[in-house]
Amino acid sequence: MNEHENRTLSQQQALRYCRQILLPGFDLDGQEALLNARVLQIGVGGLGCAAAQYLVASGIGNLTLVDDDTVALTNLQRQILHTEQDLGKLKCESAKQSLTSLNSDVDIQIHTVRMSEPELEQAVAANDIVLDCTDNLETRNLLNTVCWKNQKALISGAAIRMEGQISSFVPQHHTPCYQCLSRFFGEQNLSCVESGIMSPVVGIIGAMQALEAIKLLTGFGEPLTAKVLLFDAIRSEWQTFALQKDPQCPVCGTENGH
Amino acid sequence: MIKVLFFAQLKDVLGTGQLEIDEPINDVAALRRTLQARGELWSEYLSAQRALVAVNQTIAHEDTRIGPNDEVAFFPPVTGG
Repeated sequence: MNEHENRTLSQQQALRYCRQILLPGFDLDGQEALLNARVLQIGVGGLGCAAAQYLVASGIGNLTLVDDDTVALTNLQRQILHTEQDLGKLKCESAKQSLTSLNSDVDIQIHTVRMSEPELEQAVAANDIVLDCTDNLETRNLLNTVCWKNQKALISGAAIRMEGQISSFVPQHHTPCYQCLSRFFGEQNLSCVESGIMSPVVGIIGAMQALEAIKLLTGFGEPLTAKVLLFDAIRSEWQTFALQKDPQCPVCGTENGH
Repeated sequence: MIKVLFFAQLKDVLGTGQLEIDEPINDVAALRRTLQARGELWSEYLSAQRALVAVNQTIAHEDTRIGPNDEVAFFPPVTGG
């Protein structure tokens, strides 16, 4: 999936990841695809901490984290890569430290200042897949535009209160894009700061994003494309809704020459 | 008869997960107006700004046609993290 040198699993790595390699259909090929994968993750908050933890533990080869925020006391309730000792530190640095102790084999890059649009373009183009672990609609829409332009799969997770939502958008599969969904969203753009969030809810969605990334990178299983999965944590219920492409979509619409 | 479902936060706020509408209704916008007329909370939480709609499990827009025996679900958008 990339132009970089193709790495093969060492004996030690094959042993380390044998519980995944054992899965029928995943095999050594799947694990090697992960080893050679380059993942860009925007946001190292609640969603990002959970997603990055599973990506790194599962043996992804290269992970780039982007976040300019620092660790605050109110983050510790759900952002599980940051510890009490990390208060005031950059989230990227704190996360990298935790992730490296989890799996020192993974090449982790961090970007601790807000990216300009050209920087974001460059980062997206240099990776195989992008995880949207941000907390606002504006960044989500921008990320979608850049991913679509660069033909990179985007895995979008969101959580608030006792609710979560997840979907994957894959330009190569001609799926709808995030804009085909977000065009239905109103102006209201609530964050966990004002609305609250139950700790494991954001972790569940972040872990689902990691699972989606693994599926898309290895071709294993069925990804969540052209549908939106909604999690109701009050009742522990999941709903799936089909999402159709908007023919007039300014990002992916067929009537705009895309 | 149209079957209307409310998911996640909407179910809690409106105090019901399901109801049936017998009046003839043509599209999503008309159903939204009918439901919003039920009271202040309904009006606020079912506005196009605050509730997404799926007709027969497919995410729909305001002009999407609704017929008898259709299932229409309302649910809140999520953008936080």
